[in-house]
Amino acid sequence: MTSPHPGHAAAVPVLALGETLLVTLQGDLHDRTAEQLQQDVTHRIVRSGAAGVVIDISGVDVVDSFLGRVLAEIAESARLLAAHTVVVGMRPAVAITLVELGLTLPGLTTALDVEQGMELLTRSRPAAADRRGRGT
Amino acid sequence: MPVSGPPVATSLPVGSDADLAWVRQRIRQTAAGLGFGLVQQTKLVTAASELARNTLVHGGGGHVEITPVTRDTTRGLRLSFVDSGPGIRDVELALTDGHTSGGGLGLGLSGARRLVHEFELDTGPGRGTTVTVVAWTADVPAARSGE
Repeated sequence: MTSPHPGHAAAVPVLALGETLLVTLQGDLHDRTAEQLQQDVTHRIVRSGAAGVVIDISGVDVVDSFLGRVLAEIAESARLLAAHTVVVGMRPAVAITLVELGLTLPGLTTALDVEQGMELLTRSRPAAADRRGRGT
Repeated sequence: MPVSGPPVATSLPVGSDADLAWVRQRIRQTAAGLGFGLVQQTKLVTAASELARNTLVHGGGGHVEITPVTRDTTRGLRLSFVDSGPGIRDVELALTDGHTSGGGLGLGLSGARRLVHEFELDTGPGRGTTVTVVAWTADVPAARSGE
């Protein structure tokens, strides 16, 4: 079941786990909330020097072209800020629907769940971590 | 036959992105109640989201009519997205993948058409746009013909 308050557009929390930002999307996202998220994530990357972003969409039952575009743009803008993005937890029905819709998001890195997404980022991290001065 | 609600049309406003969320939720519930499987529900709700957003962004708002339908023993759901906006001048172009007039990816109409079994576009310059789609609980063989 999705949110019992469909009229309520809550902001999406962005958690910092070490050098990774964890974004958990839940239920039905309003367009404005999704757009706000892009700003929040990019600001948090710059403020915290995060090297990776994991976006968990396991709680999202519909990804339409709007939300798909927002995810792709978050990943692109994060890349320009030297952070890797991994989208994790896509439901099978969502994947099937996106392909039929024609939205295959080739630029998006995916993993099955948060754990694997984190692992993927850790493996690609050392170079990035050395490049940045931590804690400044 | 015991069904959860009478098969009557429901009309919902499409005037804000909060309305879009509500439309998606109501269509999901209705489709689930009619026996649509999870993938079918997801396709239909995604198509509805694309079309409702078109109604909002290009049509300046409007409404959607949700009507349970039956054919023989198959149940389905008909959705009509109605706006009284400027209408679409070049229908062929609007149905082409990648064509956009709203800054999106241009997959709204063409993508939504692939996600449903029946798709009908009634529009013209100055007379608004009505998009009617039908999805059936069982796959219809002729679903993708008539390109």
